[in-house]
Amino acid sequence: MPVIGLADIALMGSLDMTNAHFPILSVLLWLPIAGALVVLLAGRMAPKSVRWLALFFSTVVFAISVPLWTGFNTGTASMQFVENIPWISTFNVHYYLGVDGISMPLILLNTFMTVLVVIAGWEVIQYKVAQYMAAFLIMEGLINGVFSSLDGLLFYVLWEAMLIPMFLIIGIWGGPRRVYATIKFFLYTFFGSVLMLIAIIYMYVKSGSYDILAFQHMPLGMTAQALIFIAFLVAFAVKVPMWPVHTWLPDAHVEAPTGGSVILAAILLKMGAYGFLRFSLPIAPDASHALMWLMIGLSLVAIIYIGFVAIAQTDMKKLVAYSSVAHMGFVTLGFFILFLIFQKTASTEGTVMGVEGGLVQMISHGFVSGALFLCVGVLYDRLHTRDIKAYGGVINKMPAFAFFLVLFAMANVALPGTSGFVGEWMVILASMKANFWIAFGAAFTLFLGAAYTLWMVKRVLYGPVANNHVAEMHDIGKREFIVLGLCALPVILIGVWPAPLLDVMHASVTNLVHQVVQSKL
Amino acid sequence: MSTLPSLTQAIPEMFVLGMGCFILVVDTFLSDRHRVVSYWLSLATVAATAWLTVAVAQTGGLLTFNDMFINDSMGNVLKLFTYLVVALTFLYSREYLRDRSLFKGEFYVLGLFGMLGMMVMISAHNFITIYLGLELLSLSLYTMVALDRDSPVASEAAMKYFVLGAIASGTLLYGMSLLYGATGTLDLTRLGMQIAESATINVGVMLALGFIIVGLCFKLGAAPFHMWLPDVYEGASTPVTMYIGSAPKIAAFALFMRLLVAGLGGLHVEWHAILTVLAVLSMGIGSIVAIVQTNLKRLLAYSTISHVGFILLGILAGTTEGYQAAMFYVVTYVIMSTAAFGMIILLARKGFEADQLEDFKGLNDRSPWFAAMMLMVMFGMAGVPPFVGFFAKLYVLRAVIDIGMSWLAVVAVIFALISAYYYLKVVKLMYFDRAPQDSKPIQADFDMRWVLSGNGLAILLLGILPGPLMALCARVITF
Repeated sequence: MPVIGLADIALMGSLDMTNAHFPILSVLLWLPIAGALVVLLAGRMAPKSVRWLALFFSTVVFAISVPLWTGFNTGTASMQFVENIPWISTFNVHYYLGVDGISMPLILLNTFMTVLVVIAGWEVIQYKVAQYMAAFLIMEGLINGVFSSLDGLLFYVLWEAMLIPMFLIIGIWGGPRRVYATIKFFLYTFFGSVLMLIAIIYMYVKSGSYDILAFQHMPLGMTAQALIFIAFLVAFAVKVPMWPVHTWLPDAHVEAPTGGSVILAAILLKMGAYGFLRFSLPIAPDASHALMWLMIGLSLVAIIYIGFVAIAQTDMKKLVAYSSVAHMGFVTLGFFILFLIFQKTASTEGTVMGVEGGLVQMISHGFVSGALFLCVGVLYDRLHTRDIKAYGGVINKMPAFAFFLVLFAMANVALPGTSGFVGEWMVILASMKANFWIAFGAAFTLFLGAAYTLWMVKRVLYGPVANNHVAEMHDIGKREFIVLGLCALPVILIGVWPAPLLDVMHASVTNLVHQVVQSKL
Repeated sequence: MSTLPSLTQAIPEMFVLGMGCFILVVDTFLSDRHRVVSYWLSLATVAATAWLTVAVAQTGGLLTFNDMFINDSMGNVLKLFTYLVVALTFLYSREYLRDRSLFKGEFYVLGLFGMLGMMVMISAHNFITIYLGLELLSLSLYTMVALDRDSPVASEAAMKYFVLGAIASGTLLYGMSLLYGATGTLDLTRLGMQIAESATINVGVMLALGFIIVGLCFKLGAAPFHMWLPDVYEGASTPVTMYIGSAPKIAAFALFMRLLVAGLGGLHVEWHAILTVLAVLSMGIGSIVAIVQTNLKRLLAYSTISHVGFILLGILAGTTEGYQAAMFYVVTYVIMSTAAFGMIILLARKGFEADQLEDFKGLNDRSPWFAAMMLMVMFGMAGVPPFVGFFAKLYVLRAVIDIGMSWLAVVAVIFALISAYYYLKVVKLMYFDRAPQDSKPIQADFDMRWVLSGNGLAILLLGILPGPLMALCARVITF
């Protein structure tokens, strides 16, 4: 039997796929943007139809994204659904899209969450509804592009462009300190990304193309790798966010409207972690190796220190925001512990588990944190405060809501049977192979997570009805039930049966790990 | 010498000159009611000049007038962009000038003469021609600033501009005379060859280089020779500011190409160092000082200074890619700056200037469409993709990284980051603040609305498909 190399498969795939198949990724990028324009036009001509139109477009986009999952070939690590046409010939920039097992689930997460956000904003948003819905649709398209672009410059363009709708969402529909929060958000992220731009141009000047896959196979010296790694680190660390550049996140979350918080927590944070897998690790493996302790250290600080910070919060949204930082610490820990495990066991098996654990944690956290923000939104819509002290005994008045909040809280503390358990357990197990104390530190978070999440749930839900305002609260309506129910489904599904998700990732992650453990020097 | 030089290459210039004089005469016979005839004649002149330029470009023939005048593809493309911007300025300013009884034929005639000056600058191949074009442009600009003669601010600005401009012209002229003394020629090609041949560096030539750079940087508005810019931008009436802030930048870029690259290319090492300092200073001053401005025109003035710094980055790289990048930057910048001033004019009404930042408050409530246009301008200037300003910055940054000056690229992006703050501030005013109660709907003519919309959308479209314009810049710059 002739041996067919990976490159050959990729070549074959791109040959018959470039032109023949339905350009599903392009549709996922452009249809939401076109939909946004329709929504904006409708806002002027038929304001009543705006919400339905937005729902229509987001549902259609989600429906179109499902074949990514069903038609996905889990047996290969090469890019699928590839589209590649020249974009800017002077710079050799290509409009180059494709997904692998790492990016595909994130696209589905994005298209799914956008539907929820549209429904969640149905009645809450009364000011400039068309612009609100359009901003989310545009952002959906751009984020789909970020996760599917295989050209460095295209990636950067979409990565940055995505800031504009988010900037407007926080600034227009946000809380009282929205201007401060949104400018902080924009400048922080912009600062991170411009250094990444320099790194991307540098690699272009060296290699003559912006192809990310070519970047990954490009030989680079240690100094160049270290500088590139640091430039990317600044960009991704701000986005993840990692301690100590996380301070924009609580501000942005607290001020953002519920929908904005959901997308921020569920999708935007994942872009940073995705960047580590797509750029930092494969492009600069030796620098990643050399700076591994820095990354592990920052991750542990995020997990433990930010966990304590979360306990002290009195604002529910801030609490969930800090909990996001802590959970994302798990993700980065899972990624960078890779080198340690490989050193110790000299096999890639455990390392694959760590990275996969991080990825599962990303997906799970997308649903769970999104759902928690939706829950906070439900409470806020009724009492117009996020202060934990203003609540108490809510379960007496809102039993259905209490069911969901408890479920998502349990998922947040990684109770077995929920999606949160799978990822964290895999990361801790992988850490155990590397170093007992790191695993101990990471496991510590289970206790901390339980402390801040359950304590909040206890104070909000249980006890006697706190005051007259709470006494007047009414349980969630049909719309809220659908939104929270839709979030609960994947949380439980991944929790009890994570195999399909792991199958999708496995080939790509294995390939990535093999690439990363090989020195470029 | 005795034969008559070929006139074909200079037909567009001669046409503008003739039409300028013609309109000046016609205008004296028009009553105020029919003043619009001058306006239409001027626009028609610009359009016909564009057609002539394209036609002449196809006839070939590079040099004429004893090699004092050059007709190359870079010049022609730059001229076409100049016409476009001048035409936009004419169009945007019609209503504004009429509301303030400044709707006079002189504005358009001076605009045409200024355009002629720019055309001569772009096509100059000899120091004398360069100086002629430059002075024709400058004198037209001084007069245009002073056009609103009852306004003390405008008069002050005109005075300041004139005095400082005269010093800069003197400096430039002094540099030229030193060069002539050292080399005995004013022809750019011969000068370039002489400098390339001489093994040692002549002190006179170095001095001349310094004087010429000072003069050029004054005209372009690079720090530390930028002092006139904010005052003139603020003092002049908005259409004049728009005129000063757009097309002359294209001509100034051509001047850099002709003088520094074609003429003094042999001294690249020397001017590279000087321009590096000036570029960093310009980006720094432009980015930081703009933050505290409350007047949008002043803010745009400082933003111009910072953009000039970026243009210098491309030039100082000293590579073909660098010059192409600088040209792309100049062209896209003037498109954005025209749209920005167009917005100020759009929001202005009779007896009301919209040049304060506050005037943009709640624009999204008043007109979501034009708020979106201004949003594109602001994010475009900040260099946020997918708008064309990003690709302009990318192009110059690539040129700088290409010559191994990554640190300069890092400095540049940090200043770009700082300047993003004040662009965001404008967006914040438009989108996050509510319009004051007494704000009136936007009044503007049909054509102005459409052209301004096209101008704004161009910033987005050129950002999504920057390829053709980049290819054009790459084709015409072959130094």
